[in-house]
Amino acid sequence: MTEQTPRLELEGITKAYPGVIANNNVSMKIMPGEIHALLGENGAGKSTLVKFIYGVQKADSGTLKWQGEEMVIANPNAARKLGIGMVFQHFSLFDAMTVEENIAIGISPELAAGDLKQRIRDVSQQYGLPLDPTRYVHSLSVGERQRIEVVRCLLQDPKLLIMDEPTSVLTPQEVDELFKTLRHLSEEGVSILYISHKLQEIKDLCHFATIMRMGEVVDDCIPAEESPRSMAEMMMGANLVSPEKPGKAEPGAAHLVVSNLSLASSHQHGVDLKNVNLEVRTGEILGIAGIAGNGQMELMEVLSGEMLVDDQNAVMIGNAPVGKSGPGIRRDAGMGFVPEERLGHGAVPEMSLWENAFLSGSKSMNLMSKGFININGSVDYAQNVVSEFNVKTPGVEHAANSLSGGNLQKFIFGREILQSPGVIVALQPTWGVDAGSAAFIRQSLLDLAAKGAAVLVISQDLEELFEVSDRISVICEGELSAPRPAEECTVEEIGLLMAGISHEKEAAHA
Amino acid sequence: MLRLELRGEMSRSMIYWSPIYAVILTFIAGMIMFAILGVDPVAAILTFFIEPLNSMDGVAELFVKATPLVLIAIGLSFGFQANVWNIGAEGQLTIGALAGGSVALLFFNVDSPLLMPGMIIAGILGGMAWAAIPAFLKTKYGTNEILTSLMLTYVGLLVLSYLIHGPWKDPEGQNFPESRLFHDAAIIPIILEETRLHFGWIITLFGVAVAWVVMTRHMIGFQIRVIGMAPMAASFAGFKEKHIIWLTLMISGGAAGLAGMIEVSGPIGQIVPVISPGYGFTAIIVAFLGRLHPVGCLFAGLLMALTYLGGDNAQIEMNLPNAVTGVFQGMLLFFLLASDVLVRYRIRFGKATALVAPAAATPPMAIDEEGV
Repeated sequence: MTEQTPRLELEGITKAYPGVIANNNVSMKIMPGEIHALLGENGAGKSTLVKFIYGVQKADSGTLKWQGEEMVIANPNAARKLGIGMVFQHFSLFDAMTVEENIAIGISPELAAGDLKQRIRDVSQQYGLPLDPTRYVHSLSVGERQRIEVVRCLLQDPKLLIMDEPTSVLTPQEVDELFKTLRHLSEEGVSILYISHKLQEIKDLCHFATIMRMGEVVDDCIPAEESPRSMAEMMMGANLVSPEKPGKAEPGAAHLVVSNLSLASSHQHGVDLKNVNLEVRTGEILGIAGIAGNGQMELMEVLSGEMLVDDQNAVMIGNAPVGKSGPGIRRDAGMGFVPEERLGHGAVPEMSLWENAFLSGSKSMNLMSKGFININGSVDYAQNVVSEFNVKTPGVEHAANSLSGGNLQKFIFGREILQSPGVIVALQPTWGVDAGSAAFIRQSLLDLAAKGAAVLVISQDLEELFEVSDRISVICEGELSAPRPAEECTVEEIGLLMAGISHEKEAAHA
Repeated sequence: MLRLELRGEMSRSMIYWSPIYAVILTFIAGMIMFAILGVDPVAAILTFFIEPLNSMDGVAELFVKATPLVLIAIGLSFGFQANVWNIGAEGQLTIGALAGGSVALLFFNVDSPLLMPGMIIAGILGGMAWAAIPAFLKTKYGTNEILTSLMLTYVGLLVLSYLIHGPWKDPEGQNFPESRLFHDAAIIPIILEETRLHFGWIITLFGVAVAWVVMTRHMIGFQIRVIGMAPMAASFAGFKEKHIIWLTLMISGGAAGLAGMIEVSGPIGQIVPVISPGYGFTAIIVAFLGRLHPVGCLFAGLLMALTYLGGDNAQIEMNLPNAVTGVFQGMLLFFLLASDVLVRYRIRFGKATALVAPAAATPPMAIDEEGV
């Protein structure tokens, strides 16, 4: 076979944001007619790379070759002219308009002219995408809406179709139909860049996979020759070593209990929580693993009381039912929280450290008298936090945003821990924190549990979870798996649960 | 092409310098304007800003004019700090004036020392009641308080118009649309003989002090500041946003109502078709010029009051149109906003240079992976 010219070739693409290298020297090739998977965890840099290909964002360095010719794609319009179509994860459709009108807005006027209705019908028939151009979008299912986006791309006669997590919104049957269409397109020579972290799908559909981690291409493979498990390992990195755990006292009674909790997410494109049950006992650390965007944020909000549920008994702190009670009452019941976002959520960026200490400690540390702020008391408390948690700052009168990420996170943890909470919930406790601070924070969580607090850690960092947790659950698409003792589970098992392929595994074992 | 680029670190002292720059730029632009109008710029500026303060009477007038401006501005500052945008202080002032005035008119023959406190309370409650409508609509239905409070201003003015053309018209007033003159017990006491300076100025100074303490030392002020700076942190701490919306609208509405009552009970002495020359709107400028700080509002209110006096003076002395006052106020706000933008951003010429300096041009939010 002679060597074909790749449809798209990337070489050494690098893109840095302040503080993060989103893409580091990324190279890949997509051949004509190839269905090429771009695989990686959240934050691996897939999105940045795709934005570059589609002309939404510029790279700092690196070259792009389109059918062997080096060029710069200045904007999505230019990309469309070349024959690059993209179906976004989140659709951009107008509910109050018909299918035809929605398609007409998204394409060039020349293309929209003439008998667009008929062409929509033709394309939809040809590729098995049943779609009535006269229907209004609000009356369509999510799967049908996605078809609009696909048809819109196909009308433009694409040579490369980018699909961003296309199946996250589809039913299994719709997925099958979509795959038929994609295979059909591939046979006609259209290249498809397929972005996903669903391993089984990639194994079923894709010819080739490029695997990214932390902004770099770490591996590639032919999915048909791999198992979901081996691809999961490549995606997460197999360098995870379970650390030795110090012996601990038996955990006590359940102190934080969530029962039968279901909740529709308040966020656009959020994940609904589905019948979540969990129990954190005094003296233990429960870790919740999961790929980002699987309901962690929603779970955190429900636990902190920033999002309330209808059933007061759905969340219990000790003997106190708090499902309908806000953060203030939960704090009074002895709960401490460390949200994911340090600046703007866990702390007010422009306020001084002592004011930020007052923020959550006003009541439990008795820093208020008749509604007036006890400034001296707050300053003392903040100074305690700074000295006991090794926070590097010239003084507590400095603003929170003057601290480095690690130091601020230590301050926030210290502020919560010094209030001696009976239960503490932390989301991504060491996200973006330097290694030294991360180790310190993990140690203080272990110490807190040893003193008898119930600790819940929600994290994407498996290494961290294995280091601190007594038991581990996995959250996937809003559902929480049953917890298992950490020493009994392997990284691979947790990884499979995170990728939502527990059933395949069970079947394999049976 | 012009572009605005975020400056890395914002200078803290510049936040306080920018109002001063704005004032200087307003002076310069004003002088250019006068020169174009064919008036001697220096003489005009002197007439506008210096001459009104030449006498004791002038200074007293300055305080009289500043009273409603400062009072309303410190009330609005509470809301603005919490991102609650009450634009309808003018309406709350009007209703406050009517409520306070109604007590005076109802007891027009009563000579009790309790009358004045009663009027003050009625004025505050009137302003609060008018501000309660946007508060209710916002907390209950999520309506935009900017629109509702602004529109209610015009409703308030119509209520005023109805009352003085109808039920409250002075029976002995030869059919002029004015209420009867308030009797002595309903007139706020003068504190400086032979001027119009009244006790309202003392109330205002007291208000500045109270606002300062509440803002910096009290839990209420703390909650307001946190909600304004970091709403997520406020919900993390368990502060209830709806409470803050109600609270700030009650504070700003009450302050505006009090200011309106002081106007009719002080300098005006009866209810007339025009109670305020736009104090409720000008106070918005005062609040921002004063950096939403009570003491800042005091100074900004005095400066704004001076533009009113200067406008009058320039009209009398130099035959300049009264619109000059509005022009000065507008320029002041414009230059303040412009200075604020330039404190945060720098202007760059030429095309976007993201390839060269992505770090400065792209906010970190752009790395939104959205589950990819």
